[in-house]
Amino acid sequence: MKRGAPGALPLAPLASAFALALAFVGALACVGSAKTLAANGATAANGAVSAGGAVDARAAVDINGQLKDPALQSRFEHITKQLRCVVCQNESIADSNVELAGDLRRQVREMLVAGKSNDAIFGFMTDRYGEFVRFSPPLEPKTLLIWGAPFFMLLLGGFIIYRVVRQRSRMPLDDEPTPGP
Amino acid sequence: MWKFLLPFAAFVGLVVLFAFGLNPKRDIHALPSPLIGKPAPLFTLTDVLDPQRAVSNGALKGQVYVLNVWGTWCVSCREEQASLMAISRQHVVPIIGLDYMDQRDKAKQWLEQLGNPYQAVAFDNDGRTAINWGVYGAPETFLVDGHGRVIYKFISPVTTEVWEHEFLPRIDAARRDGA
Repeated sequence: MKRGAPGALPLAPLASAFALALAFVGALACVGSAKTLAANGATAANGAVSAGGAVDARAAVDINGQLKDPALQSRFEHITKQLRCVVCQNESIADSNVELAGDLRRQVREMLVAGKSNDAIFGFMTDRYGEFVRFSPPLEPKTLLIWGAPFFMLLLGGFIIYRVVRQRSRMPLDDEPTPGP
Repeated sequence: MWKFLLPFAAFVGLVVLFAFGLNPKRDIHALPSPLIGKPAPLFTLTDVLDPQRAVSNGALKGQVYVLNVWGTWCVSCREEQASLMAISRQHVVPIIGLDYMDQRDKAKQWLEQLGNPYQAVAFDNDGRTAINWGVYGAPETFLVDGHGRVIYKFISPVTTEVWEHEFLPRIDAARRDGA
């Protein structure tokens, strides 16, 4: 069995671009998640780093498995919802019961407690599992097609409607009395 | 003219996209590894057969080697084991095992029953090494060159066919590349 060659990869964003472009709702959803990403990008980190630099994330977790620091816990929830479980692929690691998802949640928790930024945590994951683990790809030159396609399609649709309406307005209506000879 | 050409061009574009997207030969679960061309993550773990013995891939620097991720819970690893035994008898490269999400006694029993094709098997108890390698299942097989770079990753069981067509040419190329 052959896996996707690197050369064939640009087609994948193209395919998703078309899928996205089909629905205007898609565009709205994208804008929404881009905003939350930006808002959560720079939250101050306050972790319990011990003197040796090693982190004991268990000490920072309460009996329900939640991080005691509510700011860290909300970042934890945001990040784990944004990371795809690569085993099940349509679930986030926040939702998945797969063992690997549990291991990755532990990793995220430890990195948060160690004071790592959201970007560092997303970077850690994409370095190992690829951009595919992010549900919303970052806005970069190579992802411009994905992010731009919905707006392009909207403009194209608007243009077509404009053309059709203008053309129809020039045509005589059926019930309009045709000018007699 | 444009009235016909544009929809036709769009149609051709969609055909190309669907031919790629719906290709039945494409395994949608096989993700390209971002590790290809990057230094192989180093690990020092204990040997699955001997908790006192360390297994480290740093000791293999300068050598082309294979890292095979498996586990006794993995059904397709069982069929892969026969191929790995045949491959190990060729003595082309050292095969290092990474026993993932497993238990020592089960792994030991497995190796006794099915044979041990590995030079050493590292026991990844907490799954951290697997995360560093971007492992998301088993079996997964990596090829590391003499510069310590990951040059290939194969997801799903390695067969002797896969070994001949995908691994051997890359091993030869890596050796010609020096180191």
